Amino acid sequence: MPRLEDEIIRRQRERAKITAWLLGAFVILLFFITMAKTGINW
Amino acid sequence: MPAIEMTTPAALPADWRDFVALTKPRVMSLVVFSGLCGLLVAPVQLPFVLGFTAILCIALGAGACGALNQWYEAEIDAKMRRTANRPLPAGRMDRQSALHFGVGLAFFSVLLMGLAANWLAAILLTASILFYVLIYTVWLKPRTAQNIVIGGAAGAFPPLIGWVAATGHVAALPLLLFAIIFLWTPPHFWALSLFVRSDYAAAGIPMLPVVAGFESTRRQIFLYSLPMAAAAVAPWLLGLAGPIYGGCAAVLSFVFLVLAGRVGASRTTEPKYMAAEKHLFAYSVFYLFALFAVLVADRWLA
Repeated sequence: MPRLEDEIIRRQRERAKITAWLLGAFVILLFFITMAKTGINW
Repeated sequence: MPAIEMTTPAALPADWRDFVALTKPRVMSLVVFSGLCGLLVAPVQLPFVLGFTAILCIALGAGACGALNQWYEAEIDAKMRRTANRPLPAGRMDRQSALHFGVGLAFFSVLLMGLAANWLAAILLTASILFYVLIYTVWLKPRTAQNIVIGGAAGAFPPLIGWVAATGHVAALPLLLFAIIFLWTPPHFWALSLFVRSDYAAAGIPMLPVVAGFESTRRQIFLYSLPMAAAAVAPWLLGLAGPIYGGCAAVLSFVFLVLAGRVGASRTTEPKYMAAEKHLFAYSVFYLFALFAVLVADRWLA
């Protein structure tokens, strides 16, 4: 079943990519939250 | 049938779009909007990033509610045309993924709210998620026709959470906003349930039109609209909002009552002829958006 396997791999990659983007965004958000909480103005 | 497919893992990993669908994005938009209004009418201005995070947490909390609701009701959803194409009943996702996603989202939203805003807002967010999932979805919805009367409280939390995220305490105005959504929920959902009654009956959900009939539901819609209209103008009468809000709330509520009155006078039992019910349902969504938008405008213009 190569087609099914291809589709499984495609979906897993797509989900991994989105998870990575979300984690990256979360790190950036945490950075700005920390800045705001500590009262650092830019 | 879908009930069997749902208990076995889906053949493919769920598409990310199905995870988005699990969060009920359309319901989330009203939740986010009312939460944002609660935040904006608060007398304290949060730094942008903290305000953004508080609203994000409200959205994620609402998404968790949607996911856990669909996880619990997968078999009921399969029996209703309106919900049969959701990821679980359609067999595009296995139940365990939905459960993990919902629980993960709930924990994440509460933790982030506590860290970014304050822990009272996080406690209220926890209460709203638990109320929606345990009290409404698991306990009330399959058991009583009063399900959305009491369960409506879950959807009424967002403006209160938004306000508390900004100020750190509860006050009269956000409690009134809570009351407005709480009293708005029954006429809104009963108008919908009148024209999708057969769906609810097929799924065995005791919505008011299913157990009490059309006439009683129509009467209840009008009766509940009266305290809702009173709650809508109360912020102005109590001096918590200005005349711009008061005038708009009075007009918007008057139109709501007229439409509810038309529903009360309607006698049809055929969904395709239920124009009055469909108008009230559509208007009720506009009503809440408009009411909250005007409150924010009133605050900012004053």
